Amino acid sequence: MLKDEDRIFQNLYNDSGADIESAKLRDDWNGTKEILEKGREWIINEVKSSELRGRGGAGFPTGLKWSFAPKEVGSRPHYLVINADESEPGTCKDRDILRFEPHKLIEGCLIASYAVNAHKCYIYIRGEYFNEGQKLQTAIDEAYKNNLIGKNALNLGWDLDIYIHYGAGAYICGEETALLESLEGKKGQPRLKPPFPALIGLYGCPTIINNVETVAAVPTILRRGAKWFSSLGRPKNTGTKIYCISGNVNNPCNVEEEMGIPLKELIETHAGGVVGGWDNLKAVIPGGSSMPMLPKEICDNMKMDFDACVENKTGLGTAGIVVINNDQDIIKCMARIARFYKHESCGQCTPCREGSGWMWRMLERMAAGEATPDEVDMLFDVTKQIEGHTICAFGEGSSWPVQGLIRHFKDEILERNKFDPVVKKQKNIPYLVDQHLLEKENA
Amino acid sequence: MSIKKIYREQPKTFKFSDKSMEAANKIVSNYPNGKQQSAVMALLYIAQRQNDNWIPLQAMKYIAKFLDMPYIKVYEVATFYSMYNLSPVGKYFFQICTTTPCMLRGAYDLVKVCKNKISKKENVLSEDGKISWMEVECLGACVNAPMMQVNEDYYEDLNDKKLEEIIETIYQNKTPKPGSYSGRINAEPVNNRKTLLGNKNA
Repeated sequence: MLKDEDRIFQNLYNDSGADIESAKLRDDWNGTKEILEKGREWIINEVKSSELRGRGGAGFPTGLKWSFAPKEVGSRPHYLVINADESEPGTCKDRDILRFEPHKLIEGCLIASYAVNAHKCYIYIRGEYFNEGQKLQTAIDEAYKNNLIGKNALNLGWDLDIYIHYGAGAYICGEETALLESLEGKKGQPRLKPPFPALIGLYGCPTIINNVETVAAVPTILRRGAKWFSSLGRPKNTGTKIYCISGNVNNPCNVEEEMGIPLKELIETHAGGVVGGWDNLKAVIPGGSSMPMLPKEICDNMKMDFDACVENKTGLGTAGIVVINNDQDIIKCMARIARFYKHESCGQCTPCREGSGWMWRMLERMAAGEATPDEVDMLFDVTKQIEGHTICAFGEGSSWPVQGLIRHFKDEILERNKFDPVVKKQKNIPYLVDQHLLEKENA
Repeated sequence: MSIKKIYREQPKTFKFSDKSMEAANKIVSNYPNGKQQSAVMALLYIAQRQNDNWIPLQAMKYIAKFLDMPYIKVYEVATFYSMYNLSPVGKYFFQICTTTPCMLRGAYDLVKVCKNKISKKENVLSEDGKISWMEVECLGACVNAPMMQVNEDYYEDLNDKKLEEIIETIYQNKTPKPGSYSGRINAEPVNNRKTLLGNKNA
């Protein structure tokens, strides 16, 4: 288990309050000026050598992302955008940072915007987090009052303004280009990449977009040194991460742990174990609903970091761990996730808009045992038609979990849906195009 | 699904109140000159709060003029995002999260209670007109599942009995207390906390 002093988010459980006085006791805003005085190059190199990877799901190296921002500010201003549109089912880590550790985030915003030459920072919070946004606003006001941000912040001659922008309940706005569209006051429909936001982003200006957890971790990394951070975890998967453990466990919780902690240890130590014991485990979704689920055999020895997850054909994503035990109907669970994606598809690309609905309806029928065995392969084919044929990663996000279900639980689906199609028995009916017509009396 | 049906009886006019106007001007000043369109989402939300939690068409026209943008663009935004209600909802608007993490911990029991105690169908007002309910997608408090949102507040760690109590409280003209109903103020493991104990006892 990680030592308490190595945890970045000391106030994850709100033991001492989120206000600036308590935050300063936790070492926030300590030596921020000295860090900034070391210069941009040093900050970016230090973040690079800490091997911090983005905590929003894709795991892109943060230092590298910052270095993509143009070195000199041209005619267009730079922007920093913080992605707090946390809507991935199973994930609720950013919420606790916003309400309990807002000063870590604000300090991170100051450092990040200094590193990428931005004078304006927008924090895009999902609309449902209204109260969390109010708490962050209080913290921002405190920071303005103490000259930590604003005009000539920390007497460094650096101006930074931080604004909160509320979303309005669209999952897709967590995708970075959709977020920019939404920030510009349009429908949240993703843009084609390239051009990447680092060159042409918000209002056509260079924009760096980071997740809340990533930015909030940066001040501590710079204070304690990249060496400390990279000594945790293993190479390329360094540091700590907030894991959200939900579903069929005895004590659902958020907990900050080292990268690469075994999944079993995480669930047994912190979440009080699976309901009904470890042997009652059916499957685990390791990284929010977009990542394929894993059966118990893999979970026994699985480690929780980016590369170990990829080796097991899934992903760490946002580290929202959803535990499903044997009392649940696994196909029904997946059908509900498919319904989520059907509801949240932005409707821009046809494969995703239509395919997400197909997947949902097929899975609902499979859960009810009304599908034919052939349809399992057809469903797999549909997922393959969506994956890679859409503008943004929503296509992958909606089709991967279904592929995961088919990969690991195909037998169970076939077991439930094994009746012979009526169509096959009555081949000589030429007008019969849909087997369901047969079930109706007048067909 | 969200209420995206335009309401039949639309008010003839809409105007920001002084308070809304002040808030709107403050938000517009957050964005660079000429980019005031960015404020459209916030302004729609302000209009919704002013108008009993739903947005009439006149409000969209008013906002379009206010921000100097085409009406259709405002309409697009209002119909795209699920938090804008285009028809009236109850004074207490129950949004029950039923996505998989909540479903695993019994969100559909809550839906059953709503059907029994509020109204048989989603988005239909209860008999005294105070409450309406609907199923929504993930609200981002999965560790505190099952949960729901009433207007702006989260109600976490619920079960069917606790939800019945909440509904009864509202029927008795009192406001129920938001937050977790299992006694925690955060997302810690109840009775099983093993980390940051030094801070807890400090």
